[in-house]
Amino acid sequence: MKKSPVKSIVAVGIGAALFFVLGRFVAIPSPVPNTNISIQYGLLGFMAVAFGPIEGLLIGFIGHALIDFSFGWGVWWSWVIASGVFGLLAGLAGKFFVNINDGAIGAKEIVKFNIGQVVSHLICWGLVAPVLDIVIYSEPVEKLFAQGLVSATANIVTTAIIGSLLIVAYAATKPKKGSLTQEK
Amino acid sequence: MTNIFNYIEKESPIHKLTGATKLVCLIFLSLAAMVTYDTRLLIALPLVSIALFAVSKIKVKEVSFLLGFTAVFMVLNNVLVFLFAPQHGVEIYGSSHVLFPIAGRYVVTTEQLFYHLNLILKYLSTIPIVLLFVSTTNPSEFAASLNRIGVKYSIAYSVALALRYIPDIQKEYHDISQAQQARGIEMSKKENLIKRLKSASSILIPLILSSMDRIEVISNAMELRGFGKNKKRTWYMGRKFRAMDIIAMAVSVLTFAFALYLNYRNGSRFWFPFN
Repeated sequence: MKKSPVKSIVAVGIGAALFFVLGRFVAIPSPVPNTNISIQYGLLGFMAVAFGPIEGLLIGFIGHALIDFSFGWGVWWSWVIASGVFGLLAGLAGKFFVNINDGAIGAKEIVKFNIGQVVSHLICWGLVAPVLDIVIYSEPVEKLFAQGLVSATANIVTTAIIGSLLIVAYAATKPKKGSLTQEK
Repeated sequence: MTNIFNYIEKESPIHKLTGATKLVCLIFLSLAAMVTYDTRLLIALPLVSIALFAVSKIKVKEVSFLLGFTAVFMVLNNVLVFLFAPQHGVEIYGSSHVLFPIAGRYVVTTEQLFYHLNLILKYLSTIPIVLLFVSTTNPSEFAASLNRIGVKYSIAYSVALALRYIPDIQKEYHDISQAQQARGIEMSKKENLIKRLKSASSILIPLILSSMDRIEVISNAMELRGFGKNKKRTWYMGRKFRAMDIIAMAVSVLTFAFALYLNYRNGSRFWFPFN
């Protein structure tokens, strides 16, 4: 089935709205005081796999930019772009290795999804975000990479739990490929 | 929670500018503040935004809760920078004037203090502009503005959809969360981390599956109305540029050009007067 361009537009809109609501209002307290767990990356990983890399990029970018606008602490373009890149990479991994629209999701697909998301998170928060921060703000390298690794770890854990659960739940709603047989 | 972006309706010259103008100004003024570490420009920019706040008739009281977030964030960031790299200023400015030692490599230098001053000024130059933008731009006009400055209308429409559905999704999340809590789900600090994440997903799964249905419904409705047939579309909230809009945009572009010129004249992004 060919994907309709209108559906992509709507998926980006609703995806960004979900990303915003989860990132802005759903606060799950973490063990470190005054920090919350950002479960929106679990959603982003799932949406990127379900809809594709470009949609993932836009959901991450728009959703994160809206969150920053609404907090009023300025828009941290470096991190906004990194969120977009995560959507893109997770979407690419999904496009080539995990097909969840056929309803056939097993342990193998979940493992592939998780390898994809771990690599994507490491690239985004360990490389893209700190490098952009160095270019834009010239902050010390050690601090940025420490920050990046902390958020990469947190995001990997949430994406592993929430993203995988969402993929299993969503795939269960799709009819399995070849599940219909012709009556003779 | 209808006003998540803190838009405050008023009659002022800033409100009269089109959203597209304000977006262009926001982009170029932020870029100007990002590219340079020249203290003189970084002092001028916050002063300009304070003046603009006065013009826009937005009172400090109306945005003070947002300022609270910002202050905490700024302090935390500065402390982290000092803890991780107490000699960062020395590295950047290439000289070392020791003021007093604390312990080990934690030595307070003029360069480090000057770097922190610049870092704070950098936040002060970017943050008020964003605040001013969100409090004077009607969110409904935002998508029209994006299209106006050259973003493809399909992407601008995605942004419009996101803004339109945020309150709906928020309400749905709230409803599902209440229903699940009534069935005994615990999301507070009393539970351990893994349990909390699991409880979060028992809210997320119904929320996201129903959103997937929503995507189907909306895209079918849009397709039935022929969305995406034409190369261009008009916007209900779009407005024409006026003289003031052109002037405002020109000033912001010039500010950015000036920041680039300063970098060129200083020989680098940094400016250090104490040598």
